[in-house]
Amino acid sequence: MKTKVLAIDDSRTIRNLLAATLEEAGFEYHCAVDGREGVDMYSDVAPDVVITDINMPNLDGFGVIEELRGAGINSKVPILVLTTESAPEMKARARDAGATGWITKPFDDQSLIFALKRVTGAVA
Amino acid sequence: MSGSIQDTFFEECEELLEAMDEGLTAIEGGDHDSEIVNAVFRAVHSIKGGAGAFGLDELVAFAHKFETVFDEVRSNKLQLNTKLIQLLLRCSDHLADLVSVARDGGSTDEEHHDVLIAGLEEYLDEEEEDLTFEPMGLGGPSVPLPLAMETEKTYQIRFQPLKEMFGTGNEPFFLFQALSDLGALRVELDETELPGFDAMSMDESYLAWNMTLVSTEPKSSVEAVFEFVEGLCELSITSDKDAEEDAAALAALNAAFGMSGDSAEVDLPSPFDAPALAEVAPMAMTEAVERVETVKSESGKSEQRGPNPTLRVDLERVDRLINAVGELIINHSMLAQQIANLDVADLRDVETELEGFKNLARDIQEGVMSIRAQPVKPLFQRMARIVREASAATQKTAKLVTEGENTEVDKTVIERLSDPLTHILRNAVDHGIEKPEDREAAGKSRVGEIRLSASHRSGSVCIEIRDDGAGVNRPRVKQIAIEKGLIPENAELTDGEIDNLLFLPGFSTAKEVSNLSGRGVGMDVVKNAVTALGGRINITSHPGKGSTFTIILPLTLAVMDGMVVSVADQTMVVPITSIIETMRGSDDMINSLGADGMLLSIRGNFVPICDVAGALGLRKPNGDQPPGVYLLVETETGQRSALAVDDIHDQRQVVIKSLDGVCGNIPGVAAATILGDGKIAMILDPESILAAGPSSTSFDSERRMSNAS
Repeated sequence: MKTKVLAIDDSRTIRNLLAATLEEAGFEYHCAVDGREGVDMYSDVAPDVVITDINMPNLDGFGVIEELRGAGINSKVPILVLTTESAPEMKARARDAGATGWITKPFDDQSLIFALKRVTGAVA
Repeated sequence: MSGSIQDTFFEECEELLEAMDEGLTAIEGGDHDSEIVNAVFRAVHSIKGGAGAFGLDELVAFAHKFETVFDEVRSNKLQLNTKLIQLLLRCSDHLADLVSVARDGGSTDEEHHDVLIAGLEEYLDEEEEDLTFEPMGLGGPSVPLPLAMETEKTYQIRFQPLKEMFGTGNEPFFLFQALSDLGALRVELDETELPGFDAMSMDESYLAWNMTLVSTEPKSSVEAVFEFVEGLCELSITSDKDAEEDAAALAALNAAFGMSGDSAEVDLPSPFDAPALAEVAPMAMTEAVERVETVKSESGKSEQRGPNPTLRVDLERVDRLINAVGELIINHSMLAQQIANLDVADLRDVETELEGFKNLARDIQEGVMSIRAQPVKPLFQRMARIVREASAATQKTAKLVTEGENTEVDKTVIERLSDPLTHILRNAVDHGIEKPEDREAAGKSRVGEIRLSASHRSGSVCIEIRDDGAGVNRPRVKQIAIEKGLIPENAELTDGEIDNLLFLPGFSTAKEVSNLSGRGVGMDVVKNAVTALGGRINITSHPGKGSTFTIILPLTLAVMDGMVVSVADQTMVVPITSIIETMRGSDDMINSLGADGMLLSIRGNFVPICDVAGALGLRKPNGDQPPGVYLLVETETGQRSALAVDDIHDQRQVVIKSLDGVCGNIPGVAAATILGDGKIAMILDPESILAAGPSSTSFDSERRMSNAS
């Protein structure tokens, strides 16, 4: 079974890049255009891993993580955040909220797949 | 693959730049709402993010500086003031330029670039880390790993998760899997710390793993596997040949990256060191509170303006559809004509169905047209920049106020309106708006106002550019026109006629050629552009109060309502929009004037008659066969004339077929169409018929008549 990815990003460019890389690597790709839509889609898609941007309208990435982690109920699903800078405080905040890991934009194919692999075990 | 993704990036950039402009304009207007600031920040941020993916370093670097300053504003570390807002506006213009350069090639003004960078840096802390952006675009070059690392090493790894790790969704098993990709891995579970069952706590972590990995990979690759759990576990990684290998590897890596480090320190400071976390925590708290507030306001707003779901379609497909609908309309009229020609007694049922067909065709046509229709908002937003730049270049202060931004106009019309509007606005600032001192002296506000508005007006679009400047300097305009030989010295012109002299080719009122509006093109170019779109342009002016340019454009470029007439045995079409009234003439309505001038008397007013057949050279002017039907039309200057045609047949929708490239520009003819009988008919351009026709001089005669009466 393919590993299901739910990507949440308001930038169409980033969504396209993710889609191209992930589909080529054999992932099942779903996307949402902002945090609110991502959280809404979550239960329908039931992804194996969530990739979310931080800066988004209608609920930002931290909000997404907080809502998905929902008071520790859903602590298992890996959530990777997309950050532009590898600023330490960004990562720290994301992790405090319950993020599993991060992908630094701009990302290349290998680092994206490598990150997914470490949190889902997906063989791509 | 990356080509098309890059295309969508640039498309998206356009949208983001629009959003950014919109936000900045609101900010300039005094609205410092945090959501607006956030929206601008996000736009810049997204441009940067996308640009990074394609290795557009210059764009990334500038967007980064821009974004950083905005971030300071967002977090209230920096107060917005006029100076900063002006800088941000200029930066947004420059960012748009950088995007164009990245897309179309070329270069930007480096000096300008540096000035803006310096301007932004003034607002930034000096120790702001100079982030280096590694171009990691698709298929970008990967750093070749030094060969020295090809030797096998044996790593001893001990991994003991802290309980915090389990709240982050990290799973040890997957980490081991990733490790096993690096080489042969042996994993041993260390359960010595596991307490008795009674003493066990649900959320404690008791397990640890000892692993042996035999791999050719450098230590950094092994560490990379644990990147996400750094600080969330006790981790030790040692290798048999650690010290010497690492030093060699680091030296090699340094060489590869061109760094001059002779330090052999591999361990980078962890981002999750306890002190760092302690610092971050309180900040995170306050930010979380802010965030909750933002989310609240955002969710409130999104209810008001939840965007409709949209679909992006290739423009070419829409155009194909439009063409097909055009053919459908032609097909309908052919069918209608053929049915009418049939020798059938009772056609009522067929005609009812045919009427239904026609209505459906019209519905489809309107539907398809509305796909091509776009709000003028983005166009208007770009114009704000034009006014800004023009004001800066002329040391005047002017602001652009826009109205009716949601008016929808055909996409092509919007694209082709950009140049004429730019020109008119530059002119308005350069020639219309007075210097601040002069404005004050005249009792006006120092800041000139230019109002750009769009509205729908009975089947056409009306764009108006109104300034509150000095108005047209009529004596001077007339003098220049005489000097340039555009009008005879003794010409008597009405105010409206003088104003419209501005549209004559080769006219320029600037005393010296300014680098702004005097670029060798005059308002005649504007007029040509508008005419090419099937539109009209007109100016009205009030001395001391300002001028208004009015552009009237057809809603679509593909179909129009026309009146089918016959002229010298030929069928022709006159656009309905230009016809005010039609009437059947009688002898007592026609008055001769001079040798071949004719006037039509309508309810006590006289208007010059222009014989269409004569003007087009189809028949000797006012020949033996006096035309029987008159179409009363109004020209741009407000002059009325009567077009004489032989007969009126029908009023119907026709599909416009351009003649450009087939037979060039024919005076008097705007385009062609195909009628129901399959014949081609010319679509007339009343304006140019009047200019070409024998009665073109008649406005003199008309005034003489009205003066006499």
